[in-house]
Amino acid sequence: MKKKSAHMHFIFWLLLFALFFAWPASVLAHVEQGQAIGFITGLEHPWSGLDHVLAMIAVGLWGAQLGNPALWILPVTFPMVMSLGAMMGLLGIPLPGIEIGIAVSAILLGGMVLGEVRPKLYIAAMLVGFFAIFHGHAHGTELPAGQSGLLYSMGFVIATGVLHGIGILMGTIHRWPAGKLALRGAGAFIAAMGFVFLWQAVA
Amino acid sequence: MRRTLFNNMLFLLGVIVSAALLLPAKAAAHLVTTGMGPVYDGIGHLLLTPEDLVPAIAMALYAGLRGRAPGRQALFYFPLAWLLGGFIGLGAEIMPSFPLTAISFLLVGILIAADLRLPAHVFAGLAAAVGIMHGFLNGIALKTGPGGLGLLGIMAALFVIVAIISACIVSLKPPWTRIVVRVAGSWVAAMGLLMIGWFFRGQG
Repeated sequence: MKKKSAHMHFIFWLLLFALFFAWPASVLAHVEQGQAIGFITGLEHPWSGLDHVLAMIAVGLWGAQLGNPALWILPVTFPMVMSLGAMMGLLGIPLPGIEIGIAVSAILLGGMVLGEVRPKLYIAAMLVGFFAIFHGHAHGTELPAGQSGLLYSMGFVIATGVLHGIGILMGTIHRWPAGKLALRGAGAFIAAMGFVFLWQAVA
Repeated sequence: MRRTLFNNMLFLLGVIVSAALLLPAKAAAHLVTTGMGPVYDGIGHLLLTPEDLVPAIAMALYAGLRGRAPGRQALFYFPLAWLLGGFIGLGAEIMPSFPLTAISFLLVGILIAADLRLPAHVFAGLAAAVGIMHGFLNGIALKTGPGGLGLLGIMAALFVIVAIISACIVSLKPPWTRIVVRVAGSWVAAMGLLMIGWFFRGQG
């Protein structure tokens, strides 16, 4: 009986939730070109470059290997410092060797996962934060004209966080011996791809 | 048996309706006209303006992280301060060019990410300051539209938002759930930093 009542409650809230989403269609005032697209662009952007994707996932994988509190401190550090890097780019402060920095981030973060390196927490956070500046400077400033900067930033930060989350979820296989091995393999792959990115950046 | 089938059908209907209603629809970000009067226009304005909605949610998250007493404080101070700021804004002539809202993104986001315990009076002051600032900007924006009644709608919506979100956060028990909230706070802070950057770039 209790279970049935809970089921009915769930259905009620689900329908209420659905009703809430009916709202936007009835609140058109005037067309604001490109506002929502800014969010979608930001959301898509981190997924558009393999270098960024692999480095973000490596942060999550490494965090999962290190366990608490690195598990969440690294993904908290990255977006905050990344936005600092993006701000530098927006202010016009140049950063030399951005592409090389991004490639090296994949090599080093992949290497950390490969070797299951366990430095002190502040060193891990500093390493992740250092490379976040390059990623932010390169990717955080690429807003197409006419789109909302805030919505682009929201999409960009959320997508980056989701990539960390994917890395952390993948990293949960660390609890099994075969999973540990697979994770190190993933680290090796990311590091190898980092060398490819480095080759492309230098060549 | 029949009842179970009915429940399952109802559940399926709920899922289908939810999915259908999630289809994209254009929504204006400011001076929303709902067709239901100025109070609802104000509510619509808040719900469709990320510059206001995100800090309001962030404030509720922080109040929830701090516990029951601060949660109750924020429930009253924050919407009332927003309303007060709104009425001040209704009489103001100049809209500040600097994105003041970025400061609340940054400040509240960092407080959530750090899970910093502020003394009760400082927390109340923070809720009031953030509320007054956003209310002031809303007041200027709503002057030509829904006006004071719109602000009342915003205050009511804020009360509901803060009540629901802070209560949900207070009730979180597993440690990892608080960590998720802190991660969300770091995202809000990152958005604030980027907003400042976009302002200086001239694309805010």
